[in-house]
Amino acid sequence: MIPASFAYHRAASADEALSLAAEHGEDAKFLAGGHSLLPLMKLRFAAPEVIIDIGRLSELSFITDEGSAIRIGALTRHHDVEHSELLAREIPLLAHAAGQVGDPQIRHRGTIGGSVAHGDPASDLPAVLLALDATFVARGRAGTREIPAGEFFRSLFETALEPGELLTEIVVPKPANGAAWSFQKFTKRAIDWAIVGVAVQDDRIGLINMGSVPLRAGRAEAALAAGEPVADAAAVAAEGTSPGSDIHASRAYREHLARVLVGRALEEARSRS
Amino acid sequence: MKVSVRVNGHDMTADVEDRMLLVHFLRDVAGLTATNVGCDTTSCGACTVLLDGESVKSCTVLAAQADGRAVTTVEGLAGNGEMHPVQRAFHEQHGLQCGFCTPGMVMAIVSLLRENPHPTEEQVRAGLEGNLCRCTGYHNIVRAALAAAEVAS
Ligand SMILES: Cc1cc2nc3c(=O)[nH]c(=O)nc-3n(C[C@H](O)[C@H](O)[C@H](O)COP(=O)(O)OP(=O)(O)OC[C@H]3O[C@@H](n4cnc5c(N)ncnc54)[C@H](O)[C@@H]3O)c2cc1C
Ligand code: FES
Ligand code: FES
Repeated sequence: MIPASFAYHRAASADEALSLAAEHGEDAKFLAGGHSLLPLMKLRFAAPEVIIDIGRLSELSFITDEGSAIRIGALTRHHDVEHSELLAREIPLLAHAAGQVGDPQIRHRGTIGGSVAHGDPASDLPAVLLALDATFVARGRAGTREIPAGEFFRSLFETALEPGELLTEIVVPKPANGAAWSFQKFTKRAIDWAIVGVAVQDDRIGLINMGSVPLRAGRAEAALAAGEPVADAAAVAAEGTSPGSDIHASRAYREHLARVLVGRALEEARSRS
Repeated sequence: MKVSVRVNGHDMTADVEDRMLLVHFLRDVAGLTATNVGCDTTSCGACTVLLDGESVKSCTVLAAQADGRAVTTVEGLAGNGEMHPVQRAFHEQHGLQCGFCTPGMVMAIVSLLRENPHPTEEQVRAGLEGNLCRCTGYHNIVRAALAAAEVAS
């Protein structure tokens, strides 16, 4: 399978990427690691006329300690997040979850920014970044703005990014208790996306594949905040969600998985802290 | 567009379509046909090669993305008529049957051992998550990876 024809441009800087995007408008797509976009293009689900390769913007590949937060460049690959000693020490949830994305080859190419910008509710890292209360930094021709993770995911594959806007970095506050984390990914086969997944950091709960966007388990979080035991919080984990039914699982089964996995995740996070 | 890739130590420049995939550059332009296309959907790992020393699935990389970089295929592993330790281990441990998955498996293991020279069996199995084999049942492939690590140490 070969993608439909397009014109390839490689940006040498973020500024050049932005001006190329402005020049080509709706016809253009950024290409980061290409591990969501190229498969779609090969299947002709996407057929951009112009590809702006941002994969070599080393200025946007970094993991730095800013005291109360860690800043991660959008072009940082899953492999580098997985193997970051800084993240393993300060935000082990993120390092661990990055190591669960796809397989080693995919992690050598795919980027954290691509995962976020793609806006796929089945992706692992968006829900993890919700549980971590991260902020996304976007740069457009008009300037830079910060978007809280909770306001970023709008609908299936739709995010708060404007056309031509570049996601540049992800700011993750260091958790109150870094050790209080858990990542539960329920898959049928190796390298698969989660049928349902749960990321817990402290008492924040991110849900993978429980609706058209990655989301927080608001009811379960409220139950915890009200002092209810883990089992009672887990019992309401699927409330307020609207997962789909597909060949992998029915809606009812996904709701069941959310309750079970939230229970396991909260127990594990508590046992670690 | 003009693409220059250092393939197995030799510079290779060609004028190709912007949409050409790296695997087709290797097979059709460079004439290196050991790298197979299996699933064509980033799942099976048959197309695995090293890009700047790291395993990637060449069915999901554009030739343009490899421009100016180094690619190693299984043809580039043996030196001076000597098999690479991972190749020899596949031979000695019966790590293949039909051989279709083998070039990708070997390259995935070379990359794995570079990152982790002394993996446990469990780490080898996890490291080969992205490579499917329809024949062997994997046991001898895992043995080959462990044997190659042993030889190297
Ligand atoms: C077989 C397979 C299995 C996978 N399994 C998993 C899995 O288990 N879990 C999981 O979470 N993911 C999985 N993935 C997806 C993988 O994590 C992708 O790498 C990731 O979703 C996208 O990152 P990318 O850098 O490859 O983005 P690309 O494919 O390059 O881009 C994706 C989209 O985001 C846009 N974009 C990218 N970067 C930016 C930016 N900085 N600013 C603005 N827009 C941008 C692009 O224009 C495009 O629309 C899998 C992929 C494959 C092929
Ligand atoms: S052909 Fe590339 S992963 Fe199967
Ligand atoms: S040996 Fe036949 S597919 Fe692996």
